[in-house]
This record gives sequence, structure tokens and C-alpha cells, in this order.
Amino acid sequence: MPALPLDEAGKYVAAAYVVFVALILIYVAIIGAKIARIERQITELVEDDE
Amino acid sequence: MYSKGLVPLAAASVVTITTAFALVFFYAPLDADQGFVQKIFYIHVPMAIVALCGFVAGGWFAIRHLRSGERSWDMRSYVAIHLSIILGLAVLVTGAIWAKASWGHWWLWDEPVLVSFLVVFLLYCVYYPLRFSIEDPDRQARYSSVFAITAGAFVPLNFIAVRLAEKYTHPRVLSQTGGSMPGEMRLTFLVALLGVALLFVTLWKLELTAKHASMQLKRLRNRARVAA
Repeated sequence: MPALPLDEAGKYVAAAYVVFVALILIYVAIIGAKIARIERQITELVEDDE
Repeated sequence: MYSKGLVPLAAASVVTITTAFALVFFYAPLDADQGFVQKIFYIHVPMAIVALCGFVAGGWFAIRHLRSGERSWDMRSYVAIHLSIILGLAVLVTGAIWAKASWGHWWLWDEPVLVSFLVVFLLYCVYYPLRFSIEDPDRQARYSSVFAITAGAFVPLNFIAVRLAEKYTHPRVLSQTGGSMPGEMRLTFLVALLGVALLFVTLWKLELTAKHASMQLKRLRNRARVAA
């Protein structure tokens, strides 16, 4: 197949890079939520202890 | 414990990936054959290489677990495999996007590189049901380690088999002779590879830190319950 023109190829390239960035962001958000939950549970534990 | 050096590592990942993206779009020349679509390779191939290395690392950590009996090695193995599966998913999606742009098809079943990567990916997808179907933590860690070692050994074998295959419709990015990549493209590719590798290690340490904190919290709660 001949190379796609820039305007058409740009959509595919953008889509590939968006997939990469989106996956990283989703992953970091999930880990962030997990750490926030741990922090909340530690706070509860400290409050129970007091 | 696992968080040591996490901040400088995260900063290095961000700087390297940003540099790689800048090189991809402002420095690397357009490929004479594929044109702008070839830019996908600067993210697709490093992710594939790092994912495969992550699977092998998971096997290596599993060996350390079986030899020492320390659960922390099993956790390292699990997180390495978990992250590699996520990267593997991204490899399949970005590969399909490239295939559609370049070949006009999302997927070709007679293409050995594509199918072999899918086989490796599906093999590792079995890891989750295997691991979480076992309730006893020691047995879970042991069985998972055996799987990680077996599957980890399969990854390089699979890679060699594909290289030995006769049909090469999938473009080769790196070869023993250095390939035909010009210097600017090679530099961009290597920076992107370094960036993805650093990102992998950063996320691996981040998840290990979160898992370790969660386990410590559980121990603390149990101790508090016993004391009450």
C-alpha cells in the first residue's frame, strides 16, 4: 500500500499515542485511588486508637 | 522499602518520555516508505520490547521466590507480569492501528509477529484466574511462580521462533546488522525505548509501594483487633 497522506495518517498516529497516554493515566489514577484508600484507612485506625 | 528512589525515577521517566515525543515529532525524519504512520513505531516497538522483558523479569523474580521462599519476590513477579499485560494490551491496540493505516486491515492472521505476540499475551491472561483461584497465600505464590517461570521461558523461545520464520511481512526495527534505520531515527527509537523502560520501572515500584502499604495496614489492623 502507498504511504497515507499526512492528514489521514495523522489520525492514526494521534490515536496510537492517545492509547499510550490514556492507559498510563488510567493506571496511575487506579494506583492513586488505592493509595488514597490506604491513607483513609490509616486515619480511621489512628482515630480508633485515640 | 519499595519507594526508595521513586521520585527521581519518576522525574527521569517524565523527562525521557517528553524528550522522546519531541524527537519523534520534531527531529526524526519521515520514513520514505511509510510516511507519517511510521511514527507509531516509536511507541509501539519500545512497549513490545519492555513488555516482553517484563514477562521474563517476572519469571526471574519467580525463580528468586521459589529459591528463597520470600513472598516479596512473588509480589515483584506478580506486579511485573501485571504491568507487562497492560503494556501488551497497548501493543496490540497500537499495532492494530498501525496495521489498519499501513496494510488496510486491523489484523492479519498469517503474520507471525502479530499472532505470536497475541499468543504470549493470551498465555499471560491465564495468570490471573490461576493466581486468584487459589486461596491459600503460600500455595498461590508457589503455583503462580511456577507459571511465571514456565511462561517466562516461553517468551524468548517464541521470539527466536518468529525470527527464524521465513515470512517477514512485519517490518524489522532492530536487526543484528543494525537494520537500515538512519541515525536520527535510531537515536529517537533508543530514547523512546529508554523512556518506556524507565516508566515501567517507575510504575512497578509505585504499585509495589501501594501493595506493601496495604499489607502493612492489614497487619496493623489485625494487631489492633487482637489487642482490643
